[in-house]
Amino acid sequence: MSFHVNEKGYYGEFGGAYIPEMLYPNVEELRQNYLKITADPSFQAEFDALLKDYVGRPTPLYFAERLSKKYNTKIYLKREDLCHTGAHKVNNTIGQILLAKRLGKNRIIAETGAGQHGVATATVCALMGLQCIVYMGEIDIKRQAPNVARMKMLGAEVRPALSGSKTLKDATNEAIRDWINNPVDTYYIIGSVVGPHPYPDMVARFQSVISAEIKTQLLEKEGRENPDHVIACVGGGSNAAGAFYHFLDEKDVNIIAVEAAGLGVDSGESAATSALGKIGIIHGSKTLLMQTPDGQITEPYSISAGLDYPGVGPMHAHLFASGRAEFISITDDEAMQFGLQLSKTEGIIPAIESAHAFAVLEQKKFGPDEIVVINLSGRGDKDLNTYIDYFKL
Amino acid sequence: MNRINQKLQEDKKILSIYFSAGYPNLNDTVQIIQDLEKNGIDMIEIGLPFSDPLADGPTIQASSTQALHNGMTTQILFDQLENIRESVKIPLIIMGYFNPILQYGVEEFCKKCAAIGIDGLIIPDLPVDVYAEQYKETFEKYGIINVFLITPQTSDERIEFIDSVSNGFIYMVSSASVTGSQSGFGNTEESYFERIANMNLKSPQVIGFGISNKETFNQATKFAKGAIIGSAFIKHLSEKGTGNIAEFVKAIR
Repeated sequence: MSFHVNEKGYYGEFGGAYIPEMLYPNVEELRQNYLKITADPSFQAEFDALLKDYVGRPTPLYFAERLSKKYNTKIYLKREDLCHTGAHKVNNTIGQILLAKRLGKNRIIAETGAGQHGVATATVCALMGLQCIVYMGEIDIKRQAPNVARMKMLGAEVRPALSGSKTLKDATNEAIRDWINNPVDTYYIIGSVVGPHPYPDMVARFQSVISAEIKTQLLEKEGRENPDHVIACVGGGSNAAGAFYHFLDEKDVNIIAVEAAGLGVDSGESAATSALGKIGIIHGSKTLLMQTPDGQITEPYSISAGLDYPGVGPMHAHLFASGRAEFISITDDEAMQFGLQLSKTEGIIPAIESAHAFAVLEQKKFGPDEIVVINLSGRGDKDLNTYIDYFKL
Repeated sequence: MNRINQKLQEDKKILSIYFSAGYPNLNDTVQIIQDLEKNGIDMIEIGLPFSDPLADGPTIQASSTQALHNGMTTQILFDQLENIRESVKIPLIIMGYFNPILQYGVEEFCKKCAAIGIDGLIIPDLPVDVYAEQYKETFEKYGIINVFLITPQTSDERIEFIDSVSNGFIYMVSSASVTGSQSGFGNTEESYFERIANMNLKSPQVIGFGISNKETFNQATKFAKGAIIGSAFIKHLSEKGTGNIAEFVKAIR
């Protein structure tokens, strides 16, 4: 069984491009060109150089000694939190901005939830001197004021999404509508492995640098390329796609995807798509989707703004349906407690998204000789207010 | 013969109206359809509301959200339309996004439409290639016409493919935009209308997006078989209520 996209843009039965005809020329232009452009040696050289000198890659693979002792196993952290802008998101925006330039586009649009992808997009637009418009739900703009300010400092225009529930899914709808209205000069940088084909595959390829580095670094440290387990959190799923990518076909690697249970999977306030979703269409992709029996998309909940997406990338839907990956859901409380624990045990304050991945250590026992790699997808600076409120710091 | 094809054969320009089912009030659907027919409208697109209507501008989004808030569901719409053919003769089309139809079951949905007397569907986010491969047979089994969109950016080659798969009319989107965002047509739109008219497609074309008054209706139907008004009619319903449909239609033709 293949876990990569097929020539029609599907992972098993998931994926495809369920888009209005108005978007067809844009998406088709991308589909026809993305592999050709990204395979070009001059593209590769520019991408690699920016990842190295601008983003700060390779990010360390850090052996967490105290944490390992506590859980009696060998735990490595992939330090995406040390990337420029504070999370893995920038790996993708660097790739897509280089692609946009080669396609001759001069106006960049993006959607953002918590603001991390918006900041990563505004950053690369500043770097390249391109116009940048970021759509953000009106409610998120209020919740994430520091990231709104960062985007503005970087020269981006932040446009509030006023429709629907005024959060991430609506910001995505607004970005898509903008692209419909501006089909010629505009490029849409999607922030996760979601959307119509070829976006899920393209974003996964740009993020796959994470697992490529894990292999090299683990070989140096342990004399083997493959860990026993690789763990990452999944909202749309871009950091997980990157962390899993080069292990998908390695049968000896157990893949663990961690979703946000919010207040509990059955509480009605959750974002655990694999448990609560059914197959459906969101943002141009056929995937697992939280929806009413009538097919209306429902609003998910998680304390972590980066995980409250009602769908999941089609690659992850396939990993779930095929049984290739194990899906675990972690509540707000479990994630918050582990965020504090990681801070005190290793001196690293994680993003609340990433803290969900770590909380698996409390749920699942690993052997003393097993190697567990956890993707630390982002740092917790952006979440300080949430930590302060939660722990009354 | 399907009522849509029959209507397209008539020697006249077609005026078609779109509205969101369940708006302004949940149970206005049937009355609006009857009033539109009484006032000489040729064809109606009944909008099945969706939480995330990607191709629609603020007016239709808001009416769709309100309809859902009023409690509209696929089943309620079908219940409302159950006896519609006792009073209404003109072609009726359901226009909706793919996910609610997928959840109902595509075959069940077509079967139900056929039983009620719905003549066709417009599903903006069901791509023509997926339709041709997976659903064409089902639609044809129940005699449901599927209508595809083309835009100014659609290549001639793709238009010809869409024409070959179509068995009713082609929905020409007037310009690169979501619904309700245009005000008047200029040379760009007119030359696009003319270009398509000169392709001599087998399917008649009906123009939508940006038709809001007599002037734009006449501009569009100079080249096409008909035109569809959506956002402007919904605005009229919002401002004047459901009692003044005659006034709206009279201003168009």
